[in-house]
Amino acid sequence: MRPLDLTPVWLSLELASLTVLVLLCIATPLAWWLAFTKVRLRSVIEALVALPLVLPPTVLGFYLLILLGPAGPVGSFWVKLTGSTLTFSFTGLVIASVIYSFPFAVQPLQSGFESIGRSPLEAAATLGATPWQTFLSVASPMATRAYLTAIVLSFAHTLGEFGVVLMVGGSIPGRTKVLSIAVYEHVETLDYAQAHILSAGLLLFSFAVLLTVYLLNRRMPVTRS
Amino acid sequence: MTSLVLDVSIDRGAYRLSVTETIPLTGITAVFGPSGAGKTTLLRIISGLETGAEGRVALGDEVWQDVTHRLPAYRRRVGFVFQDNRLFDHLDVAGNLRFAVRHCRHRGPIELPDVVAALDLKPLLEKRPAQLSGGEQQRVAIGRALLTNPRLLLMDEPLSSLDAQRKREILRYVEQLPVRFALPVLYVTHSVDEVGFLADRVLLLGAGTVVAHGKVEDVLEDIRSWSLTGRSDAGSVLKAAVELHRDGLTELAVDGQRLRVPQIDAAPGTSTRLRVRARDVVIATEPVEHLSIRNTLAGEVARIDLDETIYVEVLLRIGRQHLRARITKDALRDLELTEGQRVYALIKSVAFDDMLLH
Repeated sequence: MRPLDLTPVWLSLELASLTVLVLLCIATPLAWWLAFTKVRLRSVIEALVALPLVLPPTVLGFYLLILLGPAGPVGSFWVKLTGSTLTFSFTGLVIASVIYSFPFAVQPLQSGFESIGRSPLEAAATLGATPWQTFLSVASPMATRAYLTAIVLSFAHTLGEFGVVLMVGGSIPGRTKVLSIAVYEHVETLDYAQAHILSAGLLLFSFAVLLTVYLLNRRMPVTRS
Repeated sequence: MTSLVLDVSIDRGAYRLSVTETIPLTGITAVFGPSGAGKTTLLRIISGLETGAEGRVALGDEVWQDVTHRLPAYRRRVGFVFQDNRLFDHLDVAGNLRFAVRHCRHRGPIELPDVVAALDLKPLLEKRPAQLSGGEQQRVAIGRALLTNPRLLLMDEPLSSLDAQRKREILRYVEQLPVRFALPVLYVTHSVDEVGFLADRVLLLGAGTVVAHGKVEDVLEDIRSWSLTGRSDAGSVLKAAVELHRDGLTELAVDGQRLRVPQIDAAPGTSTRLRVRARDVVIATEPVEHLSIRNTLAGEVARIDLDETIYVEVLLRIGRQHLRARITKDALRDLELTEGQRVYALIKSVAFDDMLLH
């Protein structure tokens, strides 16, 4: 039996971690806006955010390939800026993953902020806290659960993505060949032993993470709605 | 003395509120009126939470809002005690209080130890809001608002979710705020009893406009306010000195005359206020004996207000104070009451019970 190549595992973890980081930065302000705005545009944005939930990964991957490719609007700009292409690169994978996992970060945060409601924020304002201070010292701690859910869901979802990665990143060892692709290739080459190890590893890992989240959720005090 | 100058309006289609009023800030001013009159909205406009309001809000020389600029809520020196207390569940009581201290933008005389002492918060400091009773939560909320060192304290029906006994307990704390912390209070309520007990002045709101504004005695006596206070609740406020407690009764002096009520929770030598409903006052033209009603006040008829019902509202002068009585037109005719006539007002004790236990 060939020695097990763990590079795809590390690559997957790196991709998922980076994706989650980027997502938190983007999803937080958007979820906040969605939770508190009253404008009609809100429904349009909500529908757009939810799209990756229903589109087949291949469709999403196809459009991303066009968008990020050297001839595409984003891709060509990137080539001018850095001299390298986005498609079939790790950076391209991060961008694709962020879009693919977007609803998994936005939706829990949005409902988390909604359940906090305006009341504590107003109270904080009358106590002299600026909106930013209110966010940091009232809304964020109250939304801990929502953040935990958003982090775990988008991390796990990124870890498990296949179609989009295949379309945008291909399978370049050490750069874009992530865990799910590696499993696929092992199966293709009938190397079931390796496929088993990676698959079972991912299965156990995912289960452990989800179990931890549910246990933590049980223990944490329910925030007021 | 500073004043709160209001010239504000808000238009939400079906609902409109428009208030132009200068409120002298001293003691407790009750903002009073039926549900939907706009009491809470007015408080929110003053605090800066209602962003859709137009017009001018100024406290003394500080302009909080006018045509050209609008201070956000966090920069206005107001404390706000919400109906639903709005304590932060993720912090303990001490954390809630420290939140106010930390974000307070102005140095002021009110410090944590004073507040903890005044509201008896010491045993609660390490508890979570969820572990407190409704009354305790509201005390913490009051303390938290005080710690922002506001120039004005806004209280939005702080007792509405409490039972009668807790209400009484909190009223005692609220009562002492203006003097103890040199802080004027605007107090929203729809309970006449609370107005009678606490307020020095009343701003009476009805359907988005000010119906009456003035001293509590004057506004509560004003016949125009009765449609809003509810006819059966209409009455007057008597100021009384607590003389002594004996045999479960408290003796009170109302401008030299004696009243006996079931024992109240106030020390001899202090003053208290009694709200007497007009329907609980009986008028006699001569001193009455052999009657179960023990409390009689001598006075004279100051004014007789007729309206379209079978009742007449008679304003009595008792020493330097006023007392409203509500009798039927028949009774008025039979007694041949005229203005200036000497009469005796008999008060059913139950009127005092209601007020104090509320």
